[in-house]
Amino acid sequence: MRWRFTRNLGIFLFWKAIKMASLLVAISFLSFLLVKQSPIDPIQAYVGADMLNVSPEQRERIEEYWGLNEPIMEQFWSWGSAILSGDLGTSMIYRLPVSEVIGERFINSIALMSTAWVLSGIIGFSMGVLAAMKKDTWIDRIIKWYCYTLASTPTFWMGLLLLIVFAVWLNWFPVGMGVPAGVLAEDVNIMDRIKHLILPALTLSIIGVANIALHTRQKLIEVLSSDYVVFARARGEKGFTLFWRHGLRNIALPAITLQFAAFSELFGGAVLAEQVFSYPGLGQATVEAGLRGDVPLLLGLVLFSAIFVFVGNLIADIIYRVVDPRTRKEQSYAAK
Amino acid sequence: MQLSKQLNLNKRQSTLLACIVLSIIVCAVVLTGFLYDEDRIASNLEVRNAAPSFDHFFGTDWLGRDMFSRTIMGLSLSIGVGLVGAIGSASISIILGVIAATMGKVADSIVTWLIDLFLSVPHLVSLILIAFAFGGGFKGIVFGIALTHWPSLARVIRSEVMQVRSLDFVQVSRKMGKSRWWIAKEHIMPHIVPQIIVGILLLFPHAILHEAAVTFLGLGLSPHEPAIGIILSESMRYLSVGMWWLAFFPGICLLIIVRMFDKIGDNLRMLIDPHHAHR
Repeated sequence: MRWRFTRNLGIFLFWKAIKMASLLVAISFLSFLLVKQSPIDPIQAYVGADMLNVSPEQRERIEEYWGLNEPIMEQFWSWGSAILSGDLGTSMIYRLPVSEVIGERFINSIALMSTAWVLSGIIGFSMGVLAAMKKDTWIDRIIKWYCYTLASTPTFWMGLLLLIVFAVWLNWFPVGMGVPAGVLAEDVNIMDRIKHLILPALTLSIIGVANIALHTRQKLIEVLSSDYVVFARARGEKGFTLFWRHGLRNIALPAITLQFAAFSELFGGAVLAEQVFSYPGLGQATVEAGLRGDVPLLLGLVLFSAIFVFVGNLIADIIYRVVDPRTRKEQSYAAK
Repeated sequence: MQLSKQLNLNKRQSTLLACIVLSIIVCAVVLTGFLYDEDRIASNLEVRNAAPSFDHFFGTDWLGRDMFSRTIMGLSLSIGVGLVGAIGSASISIILGVIAATMGKVADSIVTWLIDLFLSVPHLVSLILIAFAFGGGFKGIVFGIALTHWPSLARVIRSEVMQVRSLDFVQVSRKMGKSRWWIAKEHIMPHIVPQIIVGILLLFPHAILHEAAVTFLGLGLSPHEPAIGIILSESMRYLSVGMWWLAFFPGICLLIIVRMFDKIGDNLRMLIDPHHAHR
């Protein structure tokens, strides 16, 4: 039984890897086509304000150097093979290798996203549990109303509200930037970083709780109406003990996998939150790259975000397969 | 909710009521938005930076423009963009969903793969990419919304069509020699049309929110348009001097519109779902 399970997992991972590879190739091809389609001139974007000093001959030479005159397929081919050898090109606005920019930004972003992810997970889960245990009372109604309203709140507007309240009115937190202005990079201490992290993380977690709370509520209501819970209630169990013994294990797993599968929304929310608070993370880099026509960085970020989302979904799938005994049994019949 | 309890309405009636109220509001907003000319938001330097008052419900900005008029115009623009985007997105999902469900296994796996493809990059990132590809502006945003929002509805339509096709009465009418077109028109369409309408209604709030988000980031509509995203991103510069009304009111109006569409879409979905319809 054990070895078969491991083998099935291996086959599963193999198929996932193939699918991922095909998606990545398609994404890179599509986004390359899209970027080439853009009316924004890459040379102008690269040179910037000095464009007036560039003569047509120089321009032609740059075009030739970058291979902009070749057919699109050939350009894609050379770009793609460079990527396969690990070279994502050079970012035009930061004048650094794209992989370096992404790596550096990712560390900032991961601090923000993981804080928000953990917070929204815990708060959302507890809200969902509370709402389901107190189903049809005023607590439930408030939580439901709150979640539905949050689901239609623009993330960036929530950020602006927090900014107004906490940074402008109460003056508790700085208005923006990942580090204090006018301080050398070496002098930035961990407290400063944390201080600048709180508001964007709070924005992301406030928005992020809605989905998981509603989902958990739904699941727990299902569990609570099942026969064994009805029996447990008849035996006299109630309140927290009832939830602890019969509810938690049934709903923890779907909640965790849902959180992993929400990486996509997390990334999207981070783009907006980082922009509002000018937090130097991946999202801000994406916006900058789009606004200023930094093609290599934009393509790199698209690929990176795709991998990021894929990893989230993969972890969700694996958790389901490894932890949940029901899927384990089923898959020995339908191994695919 | 409270109101519907007092009037003793059931879900069907309260949804109808909400629909009527919403459509009146939306029509009013869109009409006034189009009827307002530029004069309404002309700058009036005498009343710069005024806090909300009876003359200017939402206050004025740093050029003395009336924020209420700007918000209404922004909302009508957002609703327009959202509508076009949602309809475009729904058309893509109808076509692909029906293709996947009717044209055999290969087509099905291709469409499923396409759905995975479009879900694999975060919406906002692909919106930025598409907006970049079209050089920003109205076209970029509408294409972006249409191209990124279809997968969820396509999935619903695919499974719905598949389910209807396997039902007994469809099988029977096929055996009776009815043409494919007749079956599609008489049996399948009545089942999926409500789904599509609800799907568009539920896509719509997302479309508006993403439009506002991309415009806010600076990649959407041009800064000369009075879009909500533009208003909010401009307001950021003035927040630190305490002009909170610049951001608060436009945002909450957007929130209310989006929330109502979401609510009605959800209610309608419950109503057409036989398991919930009796409530």
